[in-house]
Amino acid sequence: MNAIRPTHDKTGLSITEVSHRYGERVAVDNLSLTIGVGEIFVFLGPNGSGKTTLFRLLSTLIPLQAGDVTLLGHDLRTDPNAARQKMGVVFQAPSLDKKLTVSENLHHQGVLYGLSNKILEQRKADMLAALGLTDRANERVEKLSGGQRRRVELAKGMLHQPQLLLMDEPSTGLDPGSRADLWRYLRQVSKQDGVTIVMTTHLLEEAERADRIAIMHQGKLAALDTPDALQASVGGDSITIRSPRSQELADAIHAEFDCKAVVVDGAVRLEQADGHQWISRLVEAFPNQIETITLGKPTLEDVFIDCTGHRFLEDA
Amino acid sequence: MSKNSPSNQVSAVSVVATLAERELVRFFRQRNRVVGALVQPIMFWLLFSAGLRSNHLGFDFFFPGTLAMILLFTAIFTTISIIEDRREGFLQSVLVAPAPRWAMVFGKIAGGAAIAMFQALFFLALGWLTMTMTSRVLDVVLAIFLMEIIAIALTSLGFFIAWRMESTQGFHAIMSVFLFPMWLLSGSLFPDDPNSWITFLSRFNPLTYGVAGLRHYLQFEGNVVDLNALPPIPICWLVTVVFAVVMLWLSWRISGTRTTGDLL
Repeated sequence: MNAIRPTHDKTGLSITEVSHRYGERVAVDNLSLTIGVGEIFVFLGPNGSGKTTLFRLLSTLIPLQAGDVTLLGHDLRTDPNAARQKMGVVFQAPSLDKKLTVSENLHHQGVLYGLSNKILEQRKADMLAALGLTDRANERVEKLSGGQRRRVELAKGMLHQPQLLLMDEPSTGLDPGSRADLWRYLRQVSKQDGVTIVMTTHLLEEAERADRIAIMHQGKLAALDTPDALQASVGGDSITIRSPRSQELADAIHAEFDCKAVVVDGAVRLEQADGHQWISRLVEAFPNQIETITLGKPTLEDVFIDCTGHRFLEDA
Repeated sequence: MSKNSPSNQVSAVSVVATLAERELVRFFRQRNRVVGALVQPIMFWLLFSAGLRSNHLGFDFFFPGTLAMILLFTAIFTTISIIEDRREGFLQSVLVAPAPRWAMVFGKIAGGAAIAMFQALFFLALGWLTMTMTSRVLDVVLAIFLMEIIAIALTSLGFFIAWRMESTQGFHAIMSVFLFPMWLLSGSLFPDDPNSWITFLSRFNPLTYGVAGLRHYLQFEGNVVDLNALPPIPICWLVTVVFAVVMLWLSWRISGTRTTGDLL
């Protein structure tokens, strides 16, 4: 990690006041942010948070309704083909033709991106080698394992050497080992080639690896920062109390100590510096109302709760 | 970022070729599809011809109609894959590629039409082997060209219908209430009868002109069809070409729209 980090001061992707609705339902609500060149950027949110709609908008799969997106200097509205040329897209749902071989899938992809035969053959060999698929090149996709298919999807997305890689839930169906391999590869292309990586995920542990995270909630941007800064923003330790009368206890804590205590998913939560001192303070103050009390370092889940007042996997 | 940075010019012709090639490779790799495609029309041809012999309609009468059926059904079945492909599959990555949209449409249609033609030519060869064909060579060549245009028109029709569909079940419904009657009312199955409303209706069906054109060109010994009652050859060509051009245009237009299937 001592190599020169790509400077993020150039804009890789700029999203300005983007909104998208399906009939009455607002899926993306006035979203604005910029992502630097070479950054690894994650949109984190539970199902229904609007991140998949955002992915579809950024990938040009659906047209923009309101707002503007500029991708490496190309406006998605006026110059979509130039933007498409510079972008690699990896879908969550498989986009491989199962009846074709790995090599044939990559060949069609290369032609769609205008690669000449000679360059295409070279790129194909390079990508297969980089992702450990060389000996599978002539195998039909239907015969590959789930993890191997995901690697072919990635090879497909990176085949034309895009400057920005857009991925929807890239870890879906990957075991921990393959996930680590994926991240090793992403770090490498981001660092060596300055490829900007933008992904959506609903996995908190995946988001922790990013340079920056945008937390999405009900179509809005709930928070945006580096993983460390987000965790630091929660303020100290997180304390979770199980109680038979949670709301009562939360109100009592608020009255007694004048601090924020919220009920999330039936448990009382508060964030405080010096959590260990708070534990004894709380147990002494409310001896009969506490069933269990736990102390933890704030996680991204705590950040999410702090920003939105909801548990991460709660139904919206 | 300069717009002149190395960017690959996407060749539309290569895109059409690569997508059409994909359709053909897929078709030939699914052996049951190939067998079904070759056996089903032969079965229908034998059954109709044998079943309706008492009406003095024989193998020669049903031959052009069976060709039309091959072209119609194959075209439909190859385009039905659009529905599955869009939601989960190959089409997603085609839609976000910098290739021109019309090239994508023509690639899919060219592939579907090529599969239809492969079957139709196989069936034509079978007819030539089993019956005594009295057509001139030139007429057979013209019939093949006409079949090609019918194939393109029908594949485009399939594309046009499938593009907005969200499920293959919906497509089957369209097929039974629209496509099957289209074949029944094309002069493929029922002989021309000036006093019949079926014949009257069939004149509004563009496929009728394709079938009539094939009847003009493909003659067999002992033919009972009165060719003078059929639309004349120039009209057959005109309607078929216009049908193909209109359907291609509609397919290209509709490919610019999105269905709610994209939005979930």
